[in-house]
Amino acid sequence: MNPVRLAIYMILMAGTTYLIRMIPFTFFRKKVTNRFFKSFLYYVPYAVLSAMTFPAVFYSTGNYVTATVGTVVALVLAFSKCSLTVVAACAAVATFAASLIF
Amino acid sequence: MSKDFVKGLRHGFPICLGYFFVSFGVGIMASRCGISPWVAALISLTNLTSAGQVAGIGVIAAGGSYIEMILTQLLINCRYCLMGLSLSQNLDPGFKPVHRATVAFGITDEIFGVASGQKEPLKPTYMYGMILIATIGWTSGTLLGGICGDVLPAILTNALGVMLYGMFIAVIIPPIHDGLHNLAVVLLAAAVSCVIFFGLPQISSGFAIIISAIVAAVIMAIVKPIEEDEETVESPEQAKQPAAQNGMKGEQA
Repeated sequence: MNPVRLAIYMILMAGTTYLIRMIPFTFFRKKVTNRFFKSFLYYVPYAVLSAMTFPAVFYSTGNYVTATVGTVVALVLAFSKCSLTVVAACAAVATFAASLIF
Repeated sequence: MSKDFVKGLRHGFPICLGYFFVSFGVGIMASRCGISPWVAALISLTNLTSAGQVAGIGVIAAGGSYIEMILTQLLINCRYCLMGLSLSQNLDPGFKPVHRATVAFGITDEIFGVASGQKEPLKPTYMYGMILIATIGWTSGTLLGGICGDVLPAILTNALGVMLYGMFIAVIIPPIHDGLHNLAVVLLAAAVSCVIFFGLPQISSGFAIIISAIVAAVIMAIVKPIEEDEETVESPEQAKQPAAQNGMKGEQA
């Protein structure tokens, strides 16, 4: 990759991420009152993470079967309210175990 | 070292451990995209965010446009805007603008979760301690993951790569217990994402995420606007509750 282009990507990425954290935390004191906007902001994190996970997770290992095993384990443990680390670690172990078999 | 700084370090330690393992996946993903471990670690050090980095690395790997990079980061990280607003209501008077501008860098899902659970007003030194140790875990895990991604066999790195998605799933699934609208938004976003992936492959991954998320969030905000008690930027007393609802639970200290 062209190092200049990579550097520009990295600056844009870090700069955007910082500004979106810094501006409201440093300058705003009021609260958001618009109900639609508040609802939109409430739903965005779930929507983003879901769109990032599906269907990408099924292609993440190069084998649909092992990826599906890992995904199902993660879904079940997450539904059982296991902690983030436990869900992530068990999904990896399950995927690994499945890839030894399939 | 001040007492508050040490307290911050202590509260941040479980976050550091969790980050270390999860960021391993970020490093592996970066190495697969041809990004060196040191560059990946630098990205982690300067961004300190999981979903944004995964999407950003995807944009880099695909050679996406700069505007795609900015829009992707804006949308994926706009939750930090809310968290910043919420935290800003419970700050110690010693929190000068320079401290605010510095601490803002370290607002993550997990740090927000722990910080918003504090009863007393937040001190800058407390936040610095927590952010410092969490950043160390996140950056070193990425570096190590990147190095291992180069040397470990694919069967192992593939499995470790699934950890990232496991983490996302761990955030979006538990709130389903609080209401079916939290399930609906997840299904809707996944459905749009799949339609784009299979039906409109010319749309790049970054824009696919943006479109799916906006469509799902707008529809849900119209169909099922959140109740007043689900506000995430109301007051410090209420901050803890929506944090749990949003699935922003960290490795709570």
